[in-house]
Amino acid sequence: MAKVLVVTSGKGGVGKTTSTAALGVALAQTGQNVVVVDFDVGLRNLDLVMGAERRVVFDLINVIQGDAKLSQALIRDKRIETLSILPASQTRDKDALTTEGVASVMAQLREKFDWVICDSPAGIERGAQLAMYHADHAIVVTNPEVSSVRDSDRIIGMLDSTTEKAKGGGKIEKHLLLTRYDPARAARGEMLRIEDVLEILSIPLLGIIPESEEVLRASNLGAPVTLSSPDSPPARAYAEAARRLEGEKLEVTVPVERKGLLARLFKGKS
Amino acid sequence: MSLFGSFFGRNTKTSAPVARDRLQILLAHERTGNGNESDLLNKLQAEILEVIKRHIAVDQDKVQVKLDRGNSVSMLEIDIEVPQQMRPSGQP
Repeated sequence: MAKVLVVTSGKGGVGKTTSTAALGVALAQTGQNVVVVDFDVGLRNLDLVMGAERRVVFDLINVIQGDAKLSQALIRDKRIETLSILPASQTRDKDALTTEGVASVMAQLREKFDWVICDSPAGIERGAQLAMYHADHAIVVTNPEVSSVRDSDRIIGMLDSTTEKAKGGGKIEKHLLLTRYDPARAARGEMLRIEDVLEILSIPLLGIIPESEEVLRASNLGAPVTLSSPDSPPARAYAEAARRLEGEKLEVTVPVERKGLLARLFKGKS
Repeated sequence: MSLFGSFFGRNTKTSAPVARDRLQILLAHERTGNGNESDLLNKLQAEILEVIKRHIAVDQDKVQVKLDRGNSVSMLEIDIEVPQQMRPSGQP
């Protein structure tokens, strides 16, 4: 049965689109059928981060308004056969998203794919609410920083009250993805620690993505980090998070640079 | 992480614990329902002023309301400047 996942945060710029792309790749690499859906109508960027910006013909709004079939709007990833992207419209605004239209598209996607990953826009308005409405799971992307944690708390409240699951008396499964984490700064007391954020938000931890230059490099290239440098710490963190999403019980660690560690060990010996 | 932590010790001058404490206090209040608190405070302020006005002529501009939200206790402070000659407003 298909699982619908929303990647959300409240605050902008914390890594929702990056995480959507990286997790989408990681899940698809296991052979499952995955679609990543951009809900940021008017400010679409998932296509760019996925390297599909030149292949967009139709978008989510076209499908909702009946101007295109879903199959026409879906873009198949060139690198991973089982990965597709449904882009958002760049010329419209969030009012073009209708409740019925979104429901219909989500129902169709559930039939075609194993995983439907919805990249939410920032904010708590219509776009964000519709992105989370049909979700079974939510990934709350949070930076170890006060404004991000506060906004995540607000979003968690919305996940528990305004989603289809919540309204039906059920519970949406929430997961915390801590991004841009710097273990050294946290150890020095300059950055909120993992335990601090977990204690405050009290939802289970899906993964910790370390701050890394590889993430910007990946978006420069239009190849999610799990594809562009799969051995890098952020890519390994995303890959492990994807395995946890599939139900594997893995201890959460912060991956470190493999080469860097070796280089440090042998420093001065050569 | 705890290894790092014990290595360097928890420096009291660092900023992260401050961030954590501020967040905990703030969210404890926000979770109890947004807007309700300011409603309550507005009502309290209006009613307290009403009671005082029965006895003293109060200039609205000379009233200061401050709020300090603490971990377990919040402090609502209402400063009212009372004129030197207290003239009961009810009696001429």
